[in-house]
Amino acid sequence: MSLPRRAADLVRSWPLFRQLTGPDPLGRGAAVESNSADEWHARTTEADSVTRSVCPFCAVGCGQKIYAKGGRVTHIEGDPDSPISRGRLCPRGSSSLSLVTSPSRITKVRYRRPGGTDWEDLDLDTAMDMIADRVVDTRSRTWQDTDDEGRVLNRTLGLAHLGGATLDNEENYLLKKLYTALGAVQVENQARI
Amino acid sequence: MAEAHPVGFQWVMEAKARGAQIIHVDPRFTRTSAVADSHVPIRPGTDIAFLGGLINYVLENERDFREYVVAYTNAPMLVREDFVDAGDDDGLFSGWDPETRSYDTSTWQYEGAEVAAASGNRDDWSRVADPQETQRVAHLLGQSEGAGSGGATFSGEPHRDDTLQHPRCVYQVLRRHFARYTPEMVSRVCGMSPGQFRQVAEAICANSGRERTTMWIYSVGWTQHTVGVQYIRAASILQGLLGNIGRPGGGIMALRGHATIQGSTDIPTLYDLLPGYIPMPNAHKEMHLAEYLAADSATKGFWGNMPAYVVSLLKAWFGDAATRENDFGFEWMPRISGDHSTFTTVLNMIDGQCEGYFVLGENPAVGTTNSKQQRQGLAALKWLVVRDLQEIETATFWKNGPEIETGELRTEDIDTEVFLLPAATHVEKAGSFTNTQRLLQWRHKAVEPPGDCRSDLWFVWELGRRIRARLADSGLTRDAAIKNLTWDYPTEGPHGDPDAHAILKEISGVDEHGDPVPGYTALKDDGSTSCGCWIYSGVYADGVNQAARRVPAGGESPAALEWGWAWPMNRRVLYNRASADPEGRPWSERKAYVWWDEDQQRWTGHDVPDFEADKPPSYRPPEGAEAQDAIGGDEPFIMQADGRVWLYVPTGLADGPMPVHYEPEEAPTRNALHPKTRSNPARERFERPDNLYNPSDHQPGSEVFPYAFTTFRIAEHHTAGGMSRWTPYLAELAPEMFVEVSPALAAERGLEHTGWATIVTARSAIEARVVVTARMKPLRIAGETIHQVGLPWHWGPNGLVTGDAANEIIGISLDPNVHIMDTKTGTCDVVAGRRPRGPALLSFVDGYRQRAGLTDVTG
Repeated sequence: MSLPRRAADLVRSWPLFRQLTGPDPLGRGAAVESNSADEWHARTTEADSVTRSVCPFCAVGCGQKIYAKGGRVTHIEGDPDSPISRGRLCPRGSSSLSLVTSPSRITKVRYRRPGGTDWEDLDLDTAMDMIADRVVDTRSRTWQDTDDEGRVLNRTLGLAHLGGATLDNEENYLLKKLYTALGAVQVENQARI
Repeated sequence: MAEAHPVGFQWVMEAKARGAQIIHVDPRFTRTSAVADSHVPIRPGTDIAFLGGLINYVLENERDFREYVVAYTNAPMLVREDFVDAGDDDGLFSGWDPETRSYDTSTWQYEGAEVAAASGNRDDWSRVADPQETQRVAHLLGQSEGAGSGGATFSGEPHRDDTLQHPRCVYQVLRRHFARYTPEMVSRVCGMSPGQFRQVAEAICANSGRERTTMWIYSVGWTQHTVGVQYIRAASILQGLLGNIGRPGGGIMALRGHATIQGSTDIPTLYDLLPGYIPMPNAHKEMHLAEYLAADSATKGFWGNMPAYVVSLLKAWFGDAATRENDFGFEWMPRISGDHSTFTTVLNMIDGQCEGYFVLGENPAVGTTNSKQQRQGLAALKWLVVRDLQEIETATFWKNGPEIETGELRTEDIDTEVFLLPAATHVEKAGSFTNTQRLLQWRHKAVEPPGDCRSDLWFVWELGRRIRARLADSGLTRDAAIKNLTWDYPTEGPHGDPDAHAILKEISGVDEHGDPVPGYTALKDDGSTSCGCWIYSGVYADGVNQAARRVPAGGESPAALEWGWAWPMNRRVLYNRASADPEGRPWSERKAYVWWDEDQQRWTGHDVPDFEADKPPSYRPPEGAEAQDAIGGDEPFIMQADGRVWLYVPTGLADGPMPVHYEPEEAPTRNALHPKTRSNPARERFERPDNLYNPSDHQPGSEVFPYAFTTFRIAEHHTAGGMSRWTPYLAELAPEMFVEVSPALAAERGLEHTGWATIVTARSAIEARVVVTARMKPLRIAGETIHQVGLPWHWGPNGLVTGDAANEIIGISLDPNVHIMDTKTGTCDVVAGRRPRGPALLSFVDGYRQRAGLTDVTG
């Protein structure tokens, strides 16, 4: 671009010039917008994907749109199509981006051995094997075929579960299915609380 | 509601803009009160007196919707001659056994009908050695949960009087029972003025009937009491009398607190239920599928098809291994034998019975009542698996729990092995939530979870695979269930997550060819269909994920029928056939919702009819008809064994066929209605040194805990804080635990606004910043001034913002029907300044106990 042309562009972009020559003579709109804002745009415009979701906090079930770029969530906002929320989110729902991108979120398995004074690292696969071993061992040692009066129990009270109201229906379903097949009856969640 | 469910509250404001009157009944003046037409203050724990007063007002002034009441409620049914109403002094119904603190409910039943005693334990208990123990066990099994969704069975035709004049008809029984709840009595018990009460009563009566409907909305303020179920019963009676059930703008709306707490009740991670409110089988010497089904399935109404629901569930779980010859694998199911709820389970941990614990997305170390007891349970475990997003208190109790600070526990002495596994967030996995209006909504996956983070679906499936591999060669009977479990699912993504669609399809159900069934009416009891949760059947109809439907605004229908999928069968208002009169015509044009179309011979309207679409209003059941065939065309309540709203509960409740006002476990005053029985006599108590109760109501020692407290939530935090104390914006908006006190109490105790206060009970002491506000009002009860304080409960020792948890100071005392604890009422002391640190905290609390003369049976 030639120097005179650049100078001309500069003059044309000068707010006073825009006000005097453009459609905004009173200088209440476009004429007085800062040029530096031209570089700015919403995170939503550069997202690779927009995914329909649901707020994870209370049970109203507000619609959310999840914007992501390069495999990272960049923005979460209300879904205007939802007949429940009409695009709105409350303070908690609006904090969803902070929730999923929190820098203090744990991303590695943490292990504390009996009597241990601090966390240790543990491979996820090893942890899963150790947990499966604990379940099998506890279950076999605490199994109850019948009670003292001969009533059939067919269960273990040696292990218990808590949680479900923050999980998915499909997750609750597999949990209840697995625990029932294992004979574990002490399965509970926040619905009791 | 404006605090805890702000976006849902926009519809209340929308209704107000269209002329609805909004009345806010709450102990505290909140953001909801600020925009309501009126705020009616109420003492925590007295809602039965308030609702009872409204019921009395309706009955005394004959303001009930008479045609609805006669046709659609059990008001005409006659109660047996030997039923005795709650006495004036003792507040006890007939059948009370003081030794077992439980009721024999046989006298509560209808005349002419035999109602089964309780779901899940209806077969022969006489074989058991100790009948009293049996009665108590039956009581503890929670009679309402199995039967409460309408499954209570009875045989025979109840006698009835449609003129409602017979002295033993339910209508007249109600009149006599609620006569004592006069406006003056309501005022005396609840603290509002008689004039204010009358205004509310007049407003709801004027706003009910053919042309108008009134809606009640509640949250845990109604459920977390020792009489929580009877709170909801009282609202049901009122709404039944006013004709406000099954009609647009009516109902009793539960505002639940977690994204899918409704889903985790429907597909229950709960001890006493199987998916779809099917009761867990109870322990018996011999019980085969036939006896279980005979005991539990109703003969009339849709529960009459329970055999199809149960067999289809067993087929979903055990597949080809479930055959008619082996009772479809029913013998593999574990049996319950009492209260195995979370509170009892944690006591079992402390006592060494339970050694392993999975905690997924929940934080009992600060989030459960009497949280010190919870941590003592964790410390007694052999192993603990916690799955969460952050290092929540339940995962770190062994290094920084309050007991480490007080010296009660030493980290080195705690032998619990802890696995803290990072979980995926809601955007890192696909699946469905069920919201508070029974609506399933699908979440698509946006991104993959980072590092070791995995979905709980991956975790449970992977755990199941590894356990099955370890037991694959077992020949033991007890391993048959796990070996035969259907556990093959297609996988997707880099971590090999099981495909959530495949699981939703299994939940919805398939026929013998593996094709999705259209809904629960297609399920069979011969093993030819499988279905993981009968009430969700149809969510995968036509092979389409109906929960993922997102037509903008839900489409043309005012019920938004094309957004998500509501159980059952996408019906948005339950029992909506009641929106039409017995002949099938809308009660009024203004409130037309679902009606009978004579030309098409079908039910039609703005919603999916909650009724057999082609059953005409004129249908009358033939002799000997069963299940839905026994429901007449003018009986909208198709899940109930008599097709009607129950104003009086002949079976299914542990603490009475009608609500009675009792004071809370810890009350600042006597029971003005029934002076000889202070609290719900059937409530479940735990008399242990780690669960001491404050002396109540002028008993010796009660003066040590002179104030009443209640708990509440705020908009800026979520439950126990696991999803809000680690996020910077929310942490900054509400950074510290606080206590709301009145100016009068602040003066009495020398409390300064923004200074510190210590709140003490027999359990423990916590500290909080003081908020002095005129929104907390001292109450005048029986001539005495009673100060109240309000405590939010979102904090704990971890996170960006920390503070003491309100649950530290609350004791456990449970509703006998559903084993939910009272957190909404209690007594305490409040003193200025911060609480003592370290071992000094223990001696501080111990000083209170000694001054109150507390033993483990006080209260």
